[in-house]
Amino acid sequence: MAQIIGGITSSHIPAVGNAVHDKKFDDPYWKPFFDGYPPIQKWLEDHKPDVAINIYNDHGLGFFLDQMPTFAIGAAHEYKNEDEGWGMPKLDPFPGDPKMSWHIIESMVEDHFDITSCQELAVDHGFVVPMQLFWPGAPHNPDMPRTIPISANTVQHPIPTLRRALDFGRALRKAILSYPEDIKVVVMGTGGLSHQLDGERAGFINKEFDQYCMEKIVSDPDALTKISRRELVEKAGAQGTEFLMWMMMRGTLGDKVKAVHTNYHIPISNTGAGTMLLEPVA
Amino acid sequence: MEFDNFDHHAPIEGTTIFDGEQAMKGYALNKMCYSFNAASSREEYLTDPEAYYEKFGLNEQQKQACRDKVVLDLIAAGGNIYYLAKFAGIFKLDVQDVGAQQTGMTKEQFKQKLVDAGK
Repeated sequence: MAQIIGGITSSHIPAVGNAVHDKKFDDPYWKPFFDGYPPIQKWLEDHKPDVAINIYNDHGLGFFLDQMPTFAIGAAHEYKNEDEGWGMPKLDPFPGDPKMSWHIIESMVEDHFDITSCQELAVDHGFVVPMQLFWPGAPHNPDMPRTIPISANTVQHPIPTLRRALDFGRALRKAILSYPEDIKVVVMGTGGLSHQLDGERAGFINKEFDQYCMEKIVSDPDALTKISRRELVEKAGAQGTEFLMWMMMRGTLGDKVKAVHTNYHIPISNTGAGTMLLEPVA
Repeated sequence: MEFDNFDHHAPIEGTTIFDGEQAMKGYALNKMCYSFNAASSREEYLTDPEAYYEKFGLNEQQKQACRDKVVLDLIAAGGNIYYLAKFAGIFKLDVQDVGAQQTGMTKEQFKQKLVDAGK
């Protein structure tokens, strides 16, 4: 049977894609951020997961406001990044695992999560940047796992609640653990932490709240579900709602987890950037 | 941290929640911005911006906000920041340029504000 070996989180700021491309790993601005990644890269090298489920939020590449799924799951053989208007260099496709995707889709709907299935899905920086950070040279890293993208809506309110995001993760855990193949799965929660790009409050970052979220996501994620969506916007910034992805990831890891590695740095671009590696504790 | 006393009806200062109301108001503008994912659309826009506004059915408020390139006006006209970022990208404006413009700062001042948030 499939097993979940860990959860990893990362911010997914577009500027990071360019910094990776330009190899700015030792640049004084970037170093405190990039230094958060080698321990997790090493862990991935040691554990070699077969599949990475990448939970991210599309930013207006894969989906437009004409049809906006609340939860979408990729079911393609491969996933390509595309021009986002200003974006990153185009990469070769990331290999998918459609058979496992359909298993997950079946299981999620059985569990009353009415998701949107996508046999084609253009993936943006939200998906690609964390892949590049965790698997250097992606998609050509020799250990590159197959991937299943899951996108949640944070573009347009109403967005999902933190409660729903955590429950989604718990249902996803059930889906993964019931997959009959003996594979190792890592679940990624990407985006956040606090940031706001729009309005007179642009540039808002909330260190205290980010640190609270990084602590509670380990010890007591249910406590975070008391935060309403409006409150999340107020405390994390309008785009800090991407923390929902972290909650979805957390739900897949079971009740108890151990934080193996944590990094937090302000600012990268307009964002408080958080990186974590969590292992489930049996 | 305490979450029980949060006022769920008070507006959030300096923040427009992009909800159904904004989505209806800004649909044409956001649809135009979404088209800028394609390089050919960006070129077509730059060749004749006014014709491009017409093609997507922008109203006068949206057209003027685009002509002025004022981000707060674009938001007031229903623009969503994720799509507006693609519009800004045509003019090589990054998120710090956009932040500086909205907060009335220079880009250097805005970047300092971000650094100070980490202290």
